[in-house]
Amino acid sequence: MSLYTRRLLVNRVNLLVSLLAMVFGLFWLGWILLTLFEAGFTALTPDLFLRTTPPPGSTGGLLNAIAGSLFMAVAGTLLGTPIGIMAGIYLAEFGRRGWLAPVTRFINDILLSAPSIVVGLFIYQAYVVHVRHFSAWAGIMALALIVIPVVIRTTENMLRLVPDSLREAAAALGAPQWKVISLVTVRAAKAGIITGILLAVARISGETAPLLFTALNNQFWSLNMNAPMANLPVVIFQFAMSPYENWQHLAWAGALLITLSVLALNILARVFFRNKTPVY
Amino acid sequence: MNAAVLQSSPDTVVSQKIEVRSLNFYYGGFHALKNINLAIPERKVTAFIGPSGCGKSTLLRTFNRMYALYPNQEARGEILLDGENVLSPGQDLNRLRAKVGMVFQKPTPFPMSIYDNIAFGVRLYESLSARETDERIEWALRKAALWEEVKDKLKQGGTSLSGGQQQRLCIARGIAVKPDVLLLDEPCSALDPISTGRIEELVHELKSDYTIVIVTHNMQQAARVSDYTAYMYLGEMVEFGVTDEVFIKPKKKETEDYITGRFG
Repeated sequence: MSLYTRRLLVNRVNLLVSLLAMVFGLFWLGWILLTLFEAGFTALTPDLFLRTTPPPGSTGGLLNAIAGSLFMAVAGTLLGTPIGIMAGIYLAEFGRRGWLAPVTRFINDILLSAPSIVVGLFIYQAYVVHVRHFSAWAGIMALALIVIPVVIRTTENMLRLVPDSLREAAAALGAPQWKVISLVTVRAAKAGIITGILLAVARISGETAPLLFTALNNQFWSLNMNAPMANLPVVIFQFAMSPYENWQHLAWAGALLITLSVLALNILARVFFRNKTPVY
Repeated sequence: MNAAVLQSSPDTVVSQKIEVRSLNFYYGGFHALKNINLAIPERKVTAFIGPSGCGKSTLLRTFNRMYALYPNQEARGEILLDGENVLSPGQDLNRLRAKVGMVFQKPTPFPMSIYDNIAFGVRLYESLSARETDERIEWALRKAALWEEVKDKLKQGGTSLSGGQQQRLCIARGIAVKPDVLLLDEPCSALDPISTGRIEELVHELKSDYTIVIVTHNMQQAARVSDYTAYMYLGEMVEFGVTDEVFIKPKKKETEDYITGRFG
């Protein structure tokens, strides 16, 4: 066997193994989506979006849970994103000297990989226990705490991808550092930073644990920030475990809804990043 | 050394713009520039040549203290710009850099429109009216020989231009703020011969208004565009003088070997 044919063979074998690994991974993903569609698709009716969660045995929808989830995810993102972006800018642009940046980065990495139930318990202990009731505020805080490390990490990474030559070019014109950052580097990394935010939103929209101890759940329509608020993950958790068939159906529908919106967010993030990344 | 410069060009009065006195430069523990002494004449083109890693760019980057962006880089000695030491701790770096412009090896257009790329620097230190800004931008683009190519697409992104156009945009950006000195760090190394030719013409034209220092790997380029040439090797200034003399009858054997291609 010549060297060439052996290389050809090795190449084919490697390609085949990689292909099988990909098929194996996608198989489960496909199965999950199929199951969700099978069980949840019939429940995707207008009622799902127009009526609130029903008592056992009667009909209803998920309006209050969808609204609550949307509201808390948006508010948590709005609260966590500015902090995350500012901290990410600090780490990438000012963190070249000194000890503060490496320490912050290390702590952020721990936060990033901390189980979300720990975040929920922390807000429970730090806030819920003191005010003596579950509330939307507490839920928003817990979600923001999950958003922050994700946004810090992506902001820092994206800013680090901006070549130093661009910073030098701006500094060479006599621009002070804050102008270099706000007008040039952040702008160059904008697409990546927005992608990070979208991924953080995708992450928190499916989180159950941090809401279980904070916002809890609400059977009724409520926009009171100081009262428990309905949300999809906890509703799914509660309804799926219940013995009532209509609740189980709604849980499936909710699960399908979350999965589809997370999928949409991920696709959006990819499209956004692909189209807007300048090439240097 | 300055005396030598003055002697070899008796027909014109040459005053010095930048004077480097016993400059040493360190990258952490690495001694990159060793006791450099040099006088750069005003409104002339001075070229730095030498093999890779000899310290040409490092020397250039001390003139606007670009190295100060990074930790662990340190310059010791004196660099007098119009008699004022730019290495003194009290030096306002932003003011210095507004006075000493720089163009880099790779084109670095900002992620904004062609117009804003140039307006960025102008707006930093001058408050011009909209019309004056327009005029300044046209002036800079004309100087950089780019106006005809971009006048109809000033609102387009700077990154949409070709490599050679991007580099001329960067030069336009550099001269739009009207600096005294223009530092060019291998400005043509990423460009094709036609763009290179245009930039060389540009350098030739700009020297009536600016003091230009150019780092180049291309010896023909140094011979074509510069009035004075400095040959550096391993962090030391080996020879400095009028370009014709350095190229035709260099005083040092090392310079001759490098220029004739026997070394480097």
